[in-house]
Amino acid sequence: MGYLARQLAGPTDPARDAAWRDPEPRKGFFTDTSICIGCKACEVACKEWNAIPQDGDLNLLATSYDNTGGLGASTWRHVAFIEQTTDRIEAARESGRRLVDLGMPASRPPDAPHPRATDAANTAPAGPTGIPPIGTDGDGAMAAATAEARTAEATGTLPDFRWLMASDVCKHCTHAGCLDVCPTGALFRTEHGTVVVQPDVCNGCGYCVPACPFGVIERREDHGHDGTVSNVGVAQKCTLCYDRLTEDQTPACAQACPTTSIKFGTLSEMLDTARDRVEVLHANGFSEARLYGANAEDGVGGTGSVFLLLDEPEVYGLPPDPVVPTADLPDMFRKAGMAAVAMLALAVGAFAGRRS
Amino acid sequence: MTTNPFDADRPPERPRGGRRRGGGRGRRVDESVMVPDVQFESYYGKNVVKPAPWGSPIPAYLFLGGLAGGSGLVGAGGALTGRPALRRVGRFAAIAAAAASGITLVMDLGRPERALNMLRVAKLTSPMSVGSWILAGFSGFAGLAAAAEAGRMALPEDSGSARALRVVEPVATAGSAAFALPLAAYTSVLLADTATPTWRESYRELPFVFVASANCAAAGLALVTTPTAQNGPARRLAAVSAALELGAGELMERRMHPLVAEPLHHGRPGTMLRAAKGLTLGGALGATVLGRSRVGAVLSGAALLAGSALTRFGIFGAGIESAKDPKYTVQPQKERLSQRRAGGEVGDSITTGR
Repeated sequence: MGYLARQLAGPTDPARDAAWRDPEPRKGFFTDTSICIGCKACEVACKEWNAIPQDGDLNLLATSYDNTGGLGASTWRHVAFIEQTTDRIEAARESGRRLVDLGMPASRPPDAPHPRATDAANTAPAGPTGIPPIGTDGDGAMAAATAEARTAEATGTLPDFRWLMASDVCKHCTHAGCLDVCPTGALFRTEHGTVVVQPDVCNGCGYCVPACPFGVIERREDHGHDGTVSNVGVAQKCTLCYDRLTEDQTPACAQACPTTSIKFGTLSEMLDTARDRVEVLHANGFSEARLYGANAEDGVGGTGSVFLLLDEPEVYGLPPDPVVPTADLPDMFRKAGMAAVAMLALAVGAFAGRRS
Repeated sequence: MTTNPFDADRPPERPRGGRRRGGGRGRRVDESVMVPDVQFESYYGKNVVKPAPWGSPIPAYLFLGGLAGGSGLVGAGGALTGRPALRRVGRFAAIAAAAASGITLVMDLGRPERALNMLRVAKLTSPMSVGSWILAGFSGFAGLAAAAEAGRMALPEDSGSARALRVVEPVATAGSAAFALPLAAYTSVLLADTATPTWRESYRELPFVFVASANCAAAGLALVTTPTAQNGPARRLAAVSAALELGAGELMERRMHPLVAEPLHHGRPGTMLRAAKGLTLGGALGATVLGRSRVGAVLSGAALLAGSALTRFGIFGAGIESAKDPKYTVQPQKERLSQRRAGGEVGDSITTGR
């Protein structure tokens, strides 16, 4: 594809397209929700490091243990919490099986045995079958969990319930809607391939907010109206800790994560890790495991944040088929051009008519 | 969540209300009462995409920008065909509406003091950047045209400045007409180039609705303000533009995913859009039939102006509603994904099995 064609859709190297001559390898997250324990250390570490103010009034949402609700101007990591019963687990396993059967693009031939699949006992997830009892031998508990999952697969006896916990974050899209539509140049592509707002340039037009197909970026309000909140009226979102990256440091959330559910590294490493992990889970009977954002052919050209999910994306509040709005922008301008011609034709017709 | 079969075995709730003992037990409410029945197609009913953080100044801008563009055309038409009343009204309305629209845009910024950052870059992927330059260009030419018009009224004909204004007048006329077209059309791209379901899905027809609505507004203003002897073009413009607006609007609603079209029919936006259709149709018919009488022209013109404003507020509001409810985002996306999969396409999903 030519330079212009790949600016709006499809797989590409965004940092190079943004005219970085010698960009760093693209950085990203891999958030493995199968080992998330919902501790919210990522939310707290993010707030601490980035000095993010309180997000609205303190209130209980009364829906689950999640009282943050979603990503926003003052919440750059958000831990979702979902409680599911057997029928939902069965539905998730079924949809996962269908995904595998579709034959999605694979990093290696599907029949080749995975090197780590045999070592599965050490990597089975804690989430779907419960956390191993304290005091028991970790390996033994994991082996039991795997055995349980395999039995469930064979006999259809699934757990009564499960908790899904997932730490959501900005996707740092290859084709970022927020960045494309920003009229001031406040949003820019960094040398790491990430998307960052310059708060001193942003004039708070708010256009990036509806342009994000994931609903991540938001304009910050001063809820307390006491003048202590920084960057009020300005669009805010995860910077993938741009300041830490420039010093070769790990982003605060990944560093704080106690279970390594949030992993950070070059995007290609993250993709490899994610594909290995999902294969291990499948080999152990967790057919509900799937990747989200690991496909450069998707509607946003692939994301910089890859997730391993245990159910359909909409269950976690993620869009099932996001498309960057600007993918259709040439056609939109074409239609608007035709409308402009129609407008002129109407006016010419009205004035050219007989004098009266 | 109350889907667990064991929940049926819970003891009956103790009657609440009345005096509560302070502290722990008294405050505790049965969790099953607080937790709503969760639909798993969404995360506790939370919106997936975020609605634009825009208030009423933005739909007001959509209307004023359209009025400015349409009036720019009316002014140019009046100048080219020798209809001084239309020329005067068109020129003054164009610059007044452009100035007012600029004010509405600045009002809605999170940081109004940085309004000029809009002209910091010129960026083709951003309809708002493109639009800022269009508005700036239009305002320049419309201002010049208005100055020429004021010069005709106030300056002695043989003065130097009057002569200079006569030289720039044709340039101003051509420039304001040229910028009027994109000014009226681009606002549809501004709305469509978002992840807001109802706006995005309307992108094929919305430009036609918006330019026609702009013409209706300008024709309406001309009908209200010009003598009947010169309002012929305004009457004809109103009739054909209303036909285009209603036709394109109808096509837009029919071609949209039925679920995504729903906000156009429900709630306040639905009421506004129904009223807008009635006013536009009534105004156009009135302009055609009664436009030769002063009272008829004023009434039809007012109806056209109100119809145009309500069209903008209605479409704006419907989009905001469509972003607030996750069903408008999730349901059509799931459908198109499964349609693509049914058609044999398996390589373009964001969710993958491996």
